[in-house]
Amino acid sequence: MLLIPCPWCGPRDETEFHYGGQAHVAYPGNPAALSDEEWARYLFFRDNPKGAFAERWNHSAGCRRWFNAVRDTADNEIRAVYRTGEPRPVTA
Amino acid sequence: MTAEERRSPLAAFADRFDAAAKSGNLRLTDLPFRTQLNLRVDTGGGVAAGLEAALGVPLPAEPNTVSATTAGSGDLTVTWLGPDEWLVLGPPDLAQEPLHRAVQEAAGDQHVSLVDVSAQRTTLLVAGPRARDLLAHGCGLDLHPSVFGPGRCAQTMLARAQVVLVAQPDGFHVLVRASFAAYLAEWLLDAATEYL
Repeated sequence: MLLIPCPWCGPRDETEFHYGGQAHVAYPGNPAALSDEEWARYLFFRDNPKGAFAERWNHSAGCRRWFNAVRDTADNEIRAVYRTGEPRPVTA
Repeated sequence: MTAEERRSPLAAFADRFDAAAKSGNLRLTDLPFRTQLNLRVDTGGGVAAGLEAALGVPLPAEPNTVSATTAGSGDLTVTWLGPDEWLVLGPPDLAQEPLHRAVQEAAGDQHVSLVDVSAQRTTLLVAGPRARDLLAHGCGLDLHPSVFGPGRCAQTMLARAQVVLVAQPDGFHVLVRASFAAYLAEWLLDAATEYL
């Protein structure tokens, strides 16, 4: 099980969290101007890197806040956590 | 609803809790109908000081801590639930009306919500020398007194049920949803077998 350090509550079991997918996916500035293909890309297409991946988590059984975490998809290590609105920290 | 009609979700467990207490290792006590008020406010708006004066208790800013008073508006405990969310705990007979009025006045034109959620959760006191060991059977948190002593609280999972744990001098208050209370009581009594 992952031990995820919530930026508010500290390290907690993975079972207390909900996954929220890739972080920093910006909402289109003018959604109406998008073609169907562009809209589909915004909705469904996500990065799938091997290595550091910024993703959203929700501490649903604790403080119920959304936050971002940089997780290494190869070894599941959480490299950094940061609150919503904060920039992604530089990780090795 | 009149007082006669109110029934604790754990009323049926009174005898089994008494029997469990005979060992001297554990004390499970039902503390029903305690007043719980959910307070939501963005403290960035500078309204916190007024609210603290209205409640008579400081709002704990550090995550997972509580602040308490026995003066002012009564026996109140404020537990941290989130960066803009607190749970105000009081005795069952707490006079809520003056509290609501005071908070409303302190809030002015800022957005503040104080909602009575007393019926959502019931309180179970888990105390005694083996209380920590019992909770450790189903809770991933470090409950050692050096980490989770009086003044600490946490929202977490206990035996797959969401609970608010509030450390007490002699044990823990376990705040659990009324509909989960019977399940959790059964689970705790089962987990406690080795200590009884």
